[in-house]
Amino acid sequence: MSKIGLIIQREYLTRVRKKSFIIMTILGPVLMAALFIVPVWLAMNEEDDANILVIDDSMLFHERMEDTEKIHFHFPEYGLPLDSAKSRMMGSEDIDAVLFIHKKIISTPAGVQLIYDKQPGINVIRYIENTLENDIETFKLAKSGINQATIEAAKTNITLVTTKLDEVGEESKANTELSMVVGLFSGILIYMFIFLYGVQVMRGVIEEKTNRIIEVIISSVRPFELMMGKIIGIALVGLTQFLLWVVLSSTLISGSQTLVQQHFAKQEKGTSIEEAMSRSQSLAPESEEIAEAKLNEAAVNELFSNIDLIDFPVILGSFLFYFLGGYLIYSALFAAVGSAVDNEADTQQFMLPITIPIIFSFVMAQVVINNPESTMSFWLSMIPFTSPIIMMVRIPFGVPYWEIALSMALLVAGFIATTWLAGRIYRTGILMYGKKITYKELWKWLVYH
Amino acid sequence: MSQTPIFRAENVSKAYAGHVAIENISIEVPKGSIFGLLGPNGAGKTTFIRIINQITGPDTGSLWFNGERLEQKHLHQIGYLPEERGLYKKMKVGEQALYLCQLKGLTKKDALQRLKYWFEKFGIEAWWHKKVEELSKGMAQKVQFIVTVLHEPELLILDEPFSGFDPINTNLIKSEILELKKKGTTIIFSTHNMGSVEELCDHIALINNSRVILDGEVGEIRNRFRTQTYDIEFKGSMMDLGNSLGTYGELLNHDSDEGALSARVKLVNGATTNQLLGNIMRSIEVTGFHEVIPSMNDIFIEAVERYNREKQMA
Repeated sequence: MSKIGLIIQREYLTRVRKKSFIIMTILGPVLMAALFIVPVWLAMNEEDDANILVIDDSMLFHERMEDTEKIHFHFPEYGLPLDSAKSRMMGSEDIDAVLFIHKKIISTPAGVQLIYDKQPGINVIRYIENTLENDIETFKLAKSGINQATIEAAKTNITLVTTKLDEVGEESKANTELSMVVGLFSGILIYMFIFLYGVQVMRGVIEEKTNRIIEVIISSVRPFELMMGKIIGIALVGLTQFLLWVVLSSTLISGSQTLVQQHFAKQEKGTSIEEAMSRSQSLAPESEEIAEAKLNEAAVNELFSNIDLIDFPVILGSFLFYFLGGYLIYSALFAAVGSAVDNEADTQQFMLPITIPIIFSFVMAQVVINNPESTMSFWLSMIPFTSPIIMMVRIPFGVPYWEIALSMALLVAGFIATTWLAGRIYRTGILMYGKKITYKELWKWLVYH
Repeated sequence: MSQTPIFRAENVSKAYAGHVAIENISIEVPKGSIFGLLGPNGAGKTTFIRIINQITGPDTGSLWFNGERLEQKHLHQIGYLPEERGLYKKMKVGEQALYLCQLKGLTKKDALQRLKYWFEKFGIEAWWHKKVEELSKGMAQKVQFIVTVLHEPELLILDEPFSGFDPINTNLIKSEILELKKKGTTIIFSTHNMGSVEELCDHIALINNSRVILDGEVGEIRNRFRTQTYDIEFKGSMMDLGNSLGTYGELLNHDSDEGALSARVKLVNGATTNQLLGNIMRSIEVTGFHEVIPSMNDIFIEAVERYNREKQMA
């Protein structure tokens, strides 16, 4: 095996066999899935049952407020004074709150009270408010002779179908929202990858320096081979971890999605008041409801057909390219920083020029995403230090192939240039001990032959 | 010795931004010798060794290995134990030794076989699966030594090899060095521990202030630094000795210890030992007479001081 192959092998194997790698590989997707699962789980378990005694002086809501899974309404005999309702609440475990609706609720909606001995959740309050609002609105509309069906019929939902006309005259539809999500997500992944693994390269270099093994090794291989071996080895570690994450998280996410869907299916039964109202009150013919359902279905289909519109082979291919390219261009710089210091605490001063362009591109990504074809977006996706993140944000919106090709070529050129420069700093830096290195010193290493 | 030297440097100079590390160094290392590279700290020894190992390149001058221009391919025939040495702390001893030997061009199979031999020889087979961080410093040094010599280099470069070793392990390594020499390995040995130089080296080059200020065979150098000084043990009186020296000798110092008298005398005016002895034996009874041979330590100090004096004068 060639020497650089040996180095890559060592860098790769020592890292993937580490406990921390295995833990992170398992924990990563679990954490990601947790992002999806935990809110749902919390929503399902957070609230205790709320039992609410309704004192309805207006007589409008008697027996008409629908229970949900967690919220139960109780309607006492008419005429029970508020005070005795209060004392009933205090005296029993079964009632948590008293809802007092005054007589003139239709004309003066203020003054509805919820008196409790145990703080009800925000969802309970919101639910009661919504129910009352909806009911009162319906009453008022009914009074002016408008029925529920008319309102439903008047509701309109517009989603623009954006179509790009390219030079050849071919139309291609685009879904801006989906492109945004795909672009931003790819950008974030590249950003994370550069930081996580670039820093690992730097740490690896510092480790070799502080262990004093560096001189033993570079008496067998050239410093540049050692640096490249390390960079490539760690890139492979990153790719391995990324692939494992993709496999594990897609499993977990699809698992959690079913959970989410089940939950929403349940919730819909309990909370969709509007539907319940319209079902019980409206005189609307059934055909309209069906028409509406069909409209919704069309919208969903539209979304799915838009997924087809996004050019996934191009996105995936360029994602892998920028994922690696972005890492490579920065990791050489991280290696140079590692070589110039004796321990990690000293890296701060040299980290800034590296982290600024990364963070800058990450921040600019949010600007570019709103205007993917501006001049600024173009230039940022050409400059090798920002292109990995910015171009990836732009690609889902559709970028001419010549732009992608140019950006990739510039990235490769940028990689060769930074690696060459970093190599010059590296080969001098690794043999320097116990010296605080300044930028002036780095410059000398760079220009000195 | 008409044989081609295993290593030759011709007018090698190297400057770092701002300061000269070595200047016009020319040395020849004969095959099969132990060559001492001596000099005070900061003299340029390590820079020169790094140039031999092609870690850095010289600015000017040429380097030859076995009569060929020194190239990358020769690294497989060179073994190097740097002064600043260490191992990957988190890596297992055996795995690490294998890795380092493979980097020197050995196949995995060869490396394993030879490692087994050396681990048995040093009685450290039990360490194979230990991590380096679990070893003591001395233990790690042993592993490091094995790794340095495992690919059976023709030229072995040891930079301060004994630092970090206890006396027992120092002896072990010393005898290994002598054994390697017997097998024909040439050794360049950089140190400022003069005791070990006397014991081991055939040739030396003394580097001071970036230049070679003294080089040659150890015996020849010692001869060169002989100062015609003798220790005399005698019976009689110090006064008689002093008077009898006449124009032949000069009394440097004297000592009387429980009745036994001794004095250090330097021959002057081209006198011979016989002339001196003939003269003093008339006044005192000589019981012992031997030449004071300068130690490498004395030579080292003398040479460096002489160089500094000359430099100041110039």
